[in-house]
Amino acid sequence: MKSLLMGTMMAALALLAAPAQAVLNVFATVPEWGALAEALGGDAVKVYVATNALQDPHHVEAKPSLIARARNADLVVATGAELEIGWLPLVLQQAGNPKLRPGQPGFFEAASFVALRDKPTRLDRAEGDVHPAGDPHIQTDPRNIARVATALAARLAEVDPANADGYRARYQAFDARWRAAIARWEQQAAPLKGVPIVVQHKAFTYLIAWLGLREVATLEPKPGVEPTTASLSEVLALLQRDPAKMVLRAAYQGDRASQWIAERAKVVPVVLPFTVGGDDRATDLYGLFDDTIARLQKGAQ
Amino acid sequence: MTPRLSACVLCALALSHPFAATAATDADLAEIREQIKSLKDTYETRIRALEARLQAAEAAASAPSAAAAPPANAPAATASSANTLAAFNPAISLVLQGTYAHLSQDPNQFAIQGFQVSGDTGPGRRGLGLGESELGFFASVDDKFAGSLTLSLTPDNQVSVEEAYGLMTALPYGLTPKFGRFFSGIGYLNDQHQHAWDFQDAPLVYQAFLGGQFTEDGGQIKWVAPTDTFVELGAEAGNGDAFPGSPRNSNGVGSYTVFAHMGGDVGASSSWRAGLSYLEARSSDRDGTLSNVAGQLVDTGFSGTSRVTIVDGVWKYAPNGNARETNFKLQGEYFWRRERGSLTYDRDGALGLASTSDYSASQTGWYLQGVWQFAPMWRVGLRYDRLDPGNPDYGANAVYLAAAAFNPERSTVMLDYTPSEFSRFRVQYAQSKTRPDFTDNQFFLQYILTLGAHGAHKF
Repeated sequence: MKSLLMGTMMAALALLAAPAQAVLNVFATVPEWGALAEALGGDAVKVYVATNALQDPHHVEAKPSLIARARNADLVVATGAELEIGWLPLVLQQAGNPKLRPGQPGFFEAASFVALRDKPTRLDRAEGDVHPAGDPHIQTDPRNIARVATALAARLAEVDPANADGYRARYQAFDARWRAAIARWEQQAAPLKGVPIVVQHKAFTYLIAWLGLREVATLEPKPGVEPTTASLSEVLALLQRDPAKMVLRAAYQGDRASQWIAERAKVVPVVLPFTVGGDDRATDLYGLFDDTIARLQKGAQ
Repeated sequence: MTPRLSACVLCALALSHPFAATAATDADLAEIREQIKSLKDTYETRIRALEARLQAAEAAASAPSAAAAPPANAPAATASSANTLAAFNPAISLVLQGTYAHLSQDPNQFAIQGFQVSGDTGPGRRGLGLGESELGFFASVDDKFAGSLTLSLTPDNQVSVEEAYGLMTALPYGLTPKFGRFFSGIGYLNDQHQHAWDFQDAPLVYQAFLGGQFTEDGGQIKWVAPTDTFVELGAEAGNGDAFPGSPRNSNGVGSYTVFAHMGGDVGASSSWRAGLSYLEARSSDRDGTLSNVAGQLVDTGFSGTSRVTIVDGVWKYAPNGNARETNFKLQGEYFWRRERGSLTYDRDGALGLASTSDYSASQTGWYLQGVWQFAPMWRVGLRYDRLDPGNPDYGANAVYLAAAAFNPERSTVMLDYTPSEFSRFRVQYAQSKTRPDFTDNQFFLQYILTLGAHGAHKF
């Protein structure tokens, strides 16, 4: 048994002799930041995305694969605002990679470059799964992505100065194209202004503010708390007084509550990709918003 | 073993060190120009980032919902001096538990045939009982260390230090040393706190071979390999006071462990971890309980060496990796322990038959369990435990102890309800046959409440 253990250790030592890295290893916690890092980093970066669009970003486990990837990363790109509180600190603690410690240049939190909405006035778990710093789902507003892109390009240049020129050039190209796209999306979505909607989880605060949608109700009685028939009935009563056009949910969420209310309140259930990879058309950041707007327009008809 | 291992770790350190390209030759003008340019570019990008942040802050300030969304970048340094003292307080978490147990057999008669049990074993008390309450503190010490303390407050008003350790957080090359008192990294379940287990009690192998859970007072070093597949190697040295060791009143080290873990993902839906661990501990007159040929519980003392080898594996499945709706977890561990030394029969002299003789044994055991979350918040679990006491050589004490072959076993089923990440309620039923003619039908109700800082569960 001892010799088997020693054999394992020797094999691991052999693996160590791998060549030094040529590219910057980026560990993105969620798909949107992975896509952004790829857009800004091009071939200078190798991006690993820790979660996929069909995973609830609040409920991720500190899996062995994540620890292994964090061990080799040069830069963590996280959302922050406690979105990853349940797993990222543990992954970083176990990975033994001091470059990624909070406060180091290798630790990037997107939410610290965006004005967060819905900061809770009462910090108490009786209020559900509250995020003390504010709503962390900032990627649903493309203007936030532009802000994060500016900061991320600067951070990439800081941790990898040898490729700073490339990051700057790609950032400028991205920024110009992204701003043009925002103008296009805003034009396309202009008729959506004031459209009353219901959301399943408070995941679209920034999208709603950006497009001027009107949020009538939330199906979850409290953030992160599963709706019950009683709580849905209250929403139904509210919708009879103040009807809404659609009920929005993210691709990772179950359809039970949305279907329940859609059948009774004559609202159209709309599944939004929420992040890159959330459906077939949201293959990159542009596709994410093209598809989000298209689905909203279809739902509002 | 351990000197060889530390040599290996040193080799690892030396090998993984990138060969520094610091061959400084004449100052190359072009290179300096390049550096200045890159410096300039970096600063330009940073200034643009700051401008963007300023714009964002201004936009937020002028937005209609400004009151609801204050700019996140407002300098935090304006906190009043009264708050700054509290700002350095550690994160505090609290676990509250309670159990109702209905046991068909007297828990005071608990023993595992062929195994000297001691420590935290058995089904606990009958009736309503407060479980162990846990108080945890965690914070960074300085730029190089973090510290953690977990106190266990027992229902009989005792306080015990469950874990109290320092952690080095700034070492490179995937190294994370730990020192103090901590749950050993051997096996799968050993370093998880009891409230994170999927059943109300520990598997029989943990009770029989490790006295519940193996705690080290000493040091640990873990190393994560720089590979895409998770490979972690670890080693520990401790005083060996905890079962299967015992306090020995001697200098030096009383227990060693080495362990290796591997893990990864299969597609988007499955992830796994497998491990191999080895523990060696020394005992001097280790107190235990054993049933004799007449079925009486007798006090025993073991002096000698215990060597435990553990193979563990866990596989988790969640559709597309989304564990929120449904998920499945399969876990199993196999234990093999060899003990050699001397055994004192009737150590406390209750029977007036105290005698010491040579003792050696090779014993095995395993458990396999599956837990299925069939709907959000609801899980069912099934577990099977089995032990093989082998054929222990009791020497001259065989006349008292050599009983007919019997394999202890237990079957358990549980159902739990988890309204939020912070609360869980469980019912559990087990049929436990740890001694011949001693079938215990165990029924448990349990609650677990978690308060305070948001903890993270290990995989």
